[in-house]
Amino acid sequence: MEATVVRTGTEGKTWGGGSKSPLKASYGKMMMWYFITSDALTFSAFLAAYGFSRFKFEDSWPIADEVFSHFPFLHGVDAPMYYVALMTFILIFSSVTMVLAVDAGHHMKKGKVTLYMFLTIIGGMIFVGSQAWEWKNFIQGEYGAVETRGGNIIQFVDKEGERVALSDIAKVLPQERVEHESKNGLWFVEDDSSLPTYSLEEIKKGFQESDYLVRTQKLNKDGAKTILSRAESLAVINNQTVRVVEGANLTRNEYGRPLFADFFFFITGFHGFHVFSGVIINIIIFINVILGTYERRRSYEMVEKVGLYWHFVDLVWVFVFTFFYLV
Amino acid sequence: MANEASTHGHHSATKRIWTVFVILSVITLVEVILGIIKPKILIETTFIYLHLLNWIFIVLTIVKAYYITWAFMHMEQEAKGLRRSVVWTVVFLIAYLVFILLTEGDYIYEVYNNGYVTWDF
Repeated sequence: MEATVVRTGTEGKTWGGGSKSPLKASYGKMMMWYFITSDALTFSAFLAAYGFSRFKFEDSWPIADEVFSHFPFLHGVDAPMYYVALMTFILIFSSVTMVLAVDAGHHMKKGKVTLYMFLTIIGGMIFVGSQAWEWKNFIQGEYGAVETRGGNIIQFVDKEGERVALSDIAKVLPQERVEHESKNGLWFVEDDSSLPTYSLEEIKKGFQESDYLVRTQKLNKDGAKTILSRAESLAVINNQTVRVVEGANLTRNEYGRPLFADFFFFITGFHGFHVFSGVIINIIIFINVILGTYERRRSYEMVEKVGLYWHFVDLVWVFVFTFFYLV
Repeated sequence: MANEASTHGHHSATKRIWTVFVILSVITLVEVILGIIKPKILIETTFIYLHLLNWIFIVLTIVKAYYITWAFMHMEQEAKGLRRSVVWTVVFLIAYLVFILLTEGDYIYEVYNNGYVTWDF
């Protein structure tokens, strides 16, 4: 072994790799930083891809304020972004309790580390739960829409420009609707798993008898969606519509571009997965703190390392919040 | 700034944490308020391809990212080498990636808009 070591005559210097570590950090902490670096690049690739798709459909992208307008226990109240803002606060606050835990660890205060770690875990769990609720609302949809032959989504508004739900439009017709089952031929075709609440015919009929208008995805100069005149609306409804869309999935969504839903699921899902794994890792470290592992080790550096990961999750959310909900 | 927090003892370290928390909260609040009222002047003014409002959001986000990394992740206490190897790598690669993808996205938008193929039939 001794023979293979090359002597460069610079052992005393930093770059000689002698006794000093040039980055003055422990191996574990340094590698956590580099893991975070690579993970940050993954997330930025997702967000940059989102930017790419958004620039591609710049004049017809869904408006986030209109999509995410729910707040718990406030049904029917238009609350754009309040809930996401609350989620952001929860995550920032759990970051604060995490850094307080790290700080208490520096001073070898086991009780305080335990308390702050506990609060951090609770904050993380609330956040993941909130995200699940946000997903539920997004998947369920609110007003419903109709897809045209060209793959565009059209929505409905009344004369004042207020959104109208499909249930307000549809005229229930006495017709029998049969769900396609694989035993009736074409077993390999997996169409939408369940029938929408209303058939296209019912929507068409109801729309013709009402005075509602069609809202397209195109953004006008003020950054709002274009509303067609009654004559144009009727032409679109009668000649171009192909199916009713309710809620969102990976292939189509009632809010507009399918890519919007894809990126929503992918980016917030990947972030939510990070929060989830962060909570799991925090719990493991929390148990170790209670067992006194770090007290015996005379160092709480593990808390610091897991703290780095937790702050990173918060850091990513700050960017997701900006680019998905604000910009 | 580097080792201030650790040398001044426990009290000033926690004080800094709470200060940073207040800064982050205020910035988030400002973002949300701007996002809800969307002042007309900020939307109508365009600066390098984006509304002024969007630039404000992006700058505020980077400020938040700075505080989280420097204060919460204790980047200010790390060695210069570690700091640069992490921050510079990320900053330059992301700037490059964002630049090429957004340029390409804008090009495709132009093709869709001015091409001879209709996308809405």
